[in-house]
Amino acid sequence: MGRRDMLRDITLGQYYQTESVIHKLDPRVKLAGTLIYVITIFFYKNFLGYALAILFLAFVIRLSHVPFRFMVKGMKAILFLLMVTVLYNLFLTPGTPVFTLGKLHITKEGTGIAVSMALRLSLLVIGSSLLTLTTTPNNLTDGMEKGLRFLKIFKVPVHEIAMMMSIALRFIPILLEETDKIMKAQMARGADFESGNLIVRAKAMVPLLVPLFVSAFRRASDLAMAMEARCYRGGEGRTKMKPLKYHGRDYLAYLLLLFFMVFSIWAGRLKLPMLTI
Amino acid sequence: MPIIIDHLTYSYGDAGADEKKALDDISLTIPDGQFVGIIGHTGSGKSTLMQHLNGLLKATSGHIYFDGQDIYDKDYKLKELRSRVGLVFQYPEHQLFEIDVFSDVCFGPKNLGLSKADAEYRAFNALRSVGMPEELYYQSPFDLSGGQKRRVAIAGVLAMEPKVLILDEPTAGLDPKGRDEILGLIKSLQTQKNMTILLVSHSMEDVAEYVDRILVMDAGRIKMDGTPREVFHRYRELEEMGLAAPQVTYIMQGLLEKGYEVDGDCTTVAEAADEIMKLFRRG
Repeated sequence: MGRRDMLRDITLGQYYQTESVIHKLDPRVKLAGTLIYVITIFFYKNFLGYALAILFLAFVIRLSHVPFRFMVKGMKAILFLLMVTVLYNLFLTPGTPVFTLGKLHITKEGTGIAVSMALRLSLLVIGSSLLTLTTTPNNLTDGMEKGLRFLKIFKVPVHEIAMMMSIALRFIPILLEETDKIMKAQMARGADFESGNLIVRAKAMVPLLVPLFVSAFRRASDLAMAMEARCYRGGEGRTKMKPLKYHGRDYLAYLLLLFFMVFSIWAGRLKLPMLTI
Repeated sequence: MPIIIDHLTYSYGDAGADEKKALDDISLTIPDGQFVGIIGHTGSGKSTLMQHLNGLLKATSGHIYFDGQDIYDKDYKLKELRSRVGLVFQYPEHQLFEIDVFSDVCFGPKNLGLSKADAEYRAFNALRSVGMPEELYYQSPFDLSGGQKRRVAIAGVLAMEPKVLILDEPTAGLDPKGRDEILGLIKSLQTQKNMTILLVSHSMEDVAEYVDRILVMDAGRIKMDGTPREVFHRYRELEEMGLAAPQVTYIMQGLLEKGYEVDGDCTTVAEAADEIMKLFRRG
């Protein structure tokens, strides 16, 4: 049962249905915004920048009407990575020691780096899960397709890639459910997925993985058949039922993003003696 | 030994507003050797209840006693329970994975820790009891027809020699012939091996034809519990739950309304035919 809860906890790629300005924004704005945000937080040299980034994110989350606990769910997945990063930087950064524990030293520099790393990772995950929480997978790939259309000049099959991505995203919940079902069916036949050493456990996965692959292939071929039955033949000459169009709010969002980027990078690189990392 | 379910409740979601009760205070006794049909529309909690009976889901509150032991006791071995309560999921052929039919059927008994010889002996018996022709034993399970695959999957559960067999819509997606074969097989397991059978089904006809007792589930509760005649007699209530009685019951009810003296509670075609013949003989 623990495993089932774990499968359910993966929020990355899960849409939260509600009415909000952020949900209504053009997916291209949200994609570009996430990219800008992620890049921006790597420029900071003091904690003022991070404070601004947190404030900005809090503001957007507030606008999105998505309950905060959904963001935290995404954090659970990277908790281990986060801890390793923090501990590694905390104890292994050379510099002026402030606290000594046997052979381990916590340095002033290490504390700063550890905290800023933790902030960066958390903001990264929360920021990008905000994108998927407020944008349906379909919208997301639509945005990608249109936003990256210029790559066609270099013969990149943008439409095909976008279609593959939207199908892949669409299949995640289906395959998760399937995994859960097959796992239960094999457990009912006495399969044990939880005990034994690594090799035993890897072997125990065979009765799960083989049926899962078989079913994935079956679903894929069914889908291909259904698409062909509806005359799908790639992106050439294909029109959209709901073409993406920028509205006033989208331009405003771009403006805000630009302002945030410039202002927070400027503030984040000021030489502040107390707040420098 | 009977299965006793005592005030079983299973809820999911976070406590409070999000909490949903998939099972709501269910109490029930199933005696040995009974063939029980469980009906209810999608989401009524049938499958959830079935998964509790072999310990795949653990109840939020309540108890299940199997062979007089509480399966939620700390030292109760779930593996033992799973060897006694066989669970056949919907579309069980999706769980096949081995290179040949025979090894797949051996998977269950091997997991029980039996010797190779014992496991193979059980697999042979199970495959024979589901009527698989021997020339198919060493073929890939993926090369079989839909009905054959399903029989192999059921054999995979039978090879564990359970006392209780639970089947979740074993006839979904089969043609009428395949359906009759599977249901006939299940019935023979009850009559010949005295197994307790729990059958989840959407087909009122199947349930009326084969089972001794029907449980009707709705919104996580057991709404009706009785023989097919008793349950289908209340077909108006069933309709309110999005269910129905077998078609033949409607025909008999229609005849009754038109003033013919027939038994309106017939649930199988054979019963109804007898009634109508009686009517003709009386003139």
